[in-house]
Amino acid sequence: MRLSKQATLLVLAALIVVAPIFFPSGYYFRVGSLLFVNSLAVVGVVILTGYAGQISLGHAGFAAIGAYACALAPVHLHVHPSIAAIIGAVLSAVVAYLVGRPILRLKGYYLAVASLGFGILVSMVLANEIAITGGPDGIKVPELGLRAVLADWGLELTNAQFWYAFSGLVLLVGSWLALNLYNSPTGRALRGLHESEIAARTVGVDVAQAKLVAFMISAVYASVSGSLLALQNRLITPDIAGYMHSIEIVTMAVLGGVGSVLGAIFGASILTLLPQLLTVFQEYEQVMLGLVMMLAMIFMPRGLLPSIVGLVRGRGE
Amino acid sequence: MSLLAVEGLGISFGELHAVRNVGFSMKPGEIVSVIGPNGAGKTTLFNMISGIYLPKSGTVHLGGEDVTGMSPHLLARRGLSRTFQNLQIFQAMTVLENVMVGYHLHERGPVIADLLGLSSSRRRSHEAEEKARMLLERVGLVRAAEKEAGSLSYGALKRLEIARALALKPKVLLLDEPAAGCNAVETEEIDHLIAELAADGIAILLVEHDMKMVMRISNHIVVLDFGEKIAEGDPATVSRNPRVIQAYLGTQAAEVTYAVG
Repeated sequence: MRLSKQATLLVLAALIVVAPIFFPSGYYFRVGSLLFVNSLAVVGVVILTGYAGQISLGHAGFAAIGAYACALAPVHLHVHPSIAAIIGAVLSAVVAYLVGRPILRLKGYYLAVASLGFGILVSMVLANEIAITGGPDGIKVPELGLRAVLADWGLELTNAQFWYAFSGLVLLVGSWLALNLYNSPTGRALRGLHESEIAARTVGVDVAQAKLVAFMISAVYASVSGSLLALQNRLITPDIAGYMHSIEIVTMAVLGGVGSVLGAIFGASILTLLPQLLTVFQEYEQVMLGLVMMLAMIFMPRGLLPSIVGLVRGRGE
Repeated sequence: MSLLAVEGLGISFGELHAVRNVGFSMKPGEIVSVIGPNGAGKTTLFNMISGIYLPKSGTVHLGGEDVTGMSPHLLARRGLSRTFQNLQIFQAMTVLENVMVGYHLHERGPVIADLLGLSSSRRRSHEAEEKARMLLERVGLVRAAEKEAGSLSYGALKRLEIARALALKPKVLLLDEPAAGCNAVETEEIDHLIAELAADGIAILLVEHDMKMVMRISNHIVVLDFGEKIAEGDPATVSRNPRVIQAYLGTQAAEVTYAVG
């Protein structure tokens, strides 16, 4: 039923390497790297929602922290953009701790509500603190500089090619970490509390702390995904913190199958590529997108990938 | 000295006194059963002892320490474990994984090691797996180890829950109707298992409706009715107590007398 860790990583790596053969133009490297950036945030949701069963509707807030760290830290702290991304990740983990700690002791969907509020707060701050963030017009992000280093070594890549390869690599690392976690003591504790909090508690799992750890890890994923987006776009606007972006991240994970890394990445692919395909419907594009998602969730409630695998195996689940 | 001492424990839900002023104590290796009609407060009593409900009055001492109202995961660290009347199984996980979660306190380590898949993390998992397989052997489920827990029969799930509770090497084990819904063969297996565990020195607190089983294996019986203790003592004493026969045993009295001999 489940692919092993090695098989999952192999499939993913093969897809990343082979896909460019079929690209009709350089533009698709750009689409591909966007897909990987989205997928990275979605893999974080797999840990939080798929493993631990908690829902966050504010992950765009963490993506924004990662993105704006890359814009602001090089200017104000005079650090390299890569260090800025790490600062963003640490900051996201700290903020996740502060937001999550009081909330995750409570049962129910408090985290969803609190994180939604957190995301909106971040986007308001970004839009209004014009002196620091540049406001709604956004702010410039410095060049990462890695492409020039590679060129010195004789590896000449276009900007789009570089970001395709780099984001793909980061996604592979992120998937590897998430897959390690799945079959580890921490992963088992998270999956256990997902199914029965009471049973997890009676065998000694500190449920509040375990949820907090999952929330912090997934916040770091979102933060790194935001950093990657900022560094490749070279410009970042408060839109990244918008709550539609948060919902999008969760929808991608749930659509593909939130229980598995590969399923979630599949969902991210569909939702990144579908709008490109649906442009033929012009003004009805959004309607078609909504329709496809509704039908998918009605007929394949466990997510696309698990349902398709089930159908192929003739179990018809 | 007693391992578990419950004194004057009580809780009410609104106007209803679900449990009132219940006390008893148990020593290592002892099997104590709590019996009484449905709604007498047996599971509520269990929930208070295991930290799921906060008692309104009274105290629970475990190994001399006051653990009243302590969170279940802290009680687990002090060696108190339990099973549930209405099964709390991790359905989507494998049978083996269910028991491995039971080893959480032994297998847990730094999260960063788990993320990076360091050898220390893999070794902890591996050790937990070995021990979990041995426990599954003990409850007769080792051949189902790789199956999804949700696919098991009711009786098998009951045994799986006991295996998971045993994983944390409890000093005190609370079993809430371990034989409910099991056939005669399964009941006998659970019966043997409980006796073995007690022989290993685990204090076992049992809620069970199968009176033959209760009378056969208990050292001590506490009888509840409408949330209050109406009798306690060894099986022979309790089964002759007129209040107990009136409140609960009634029609079962004949077979109980037979079981006690």
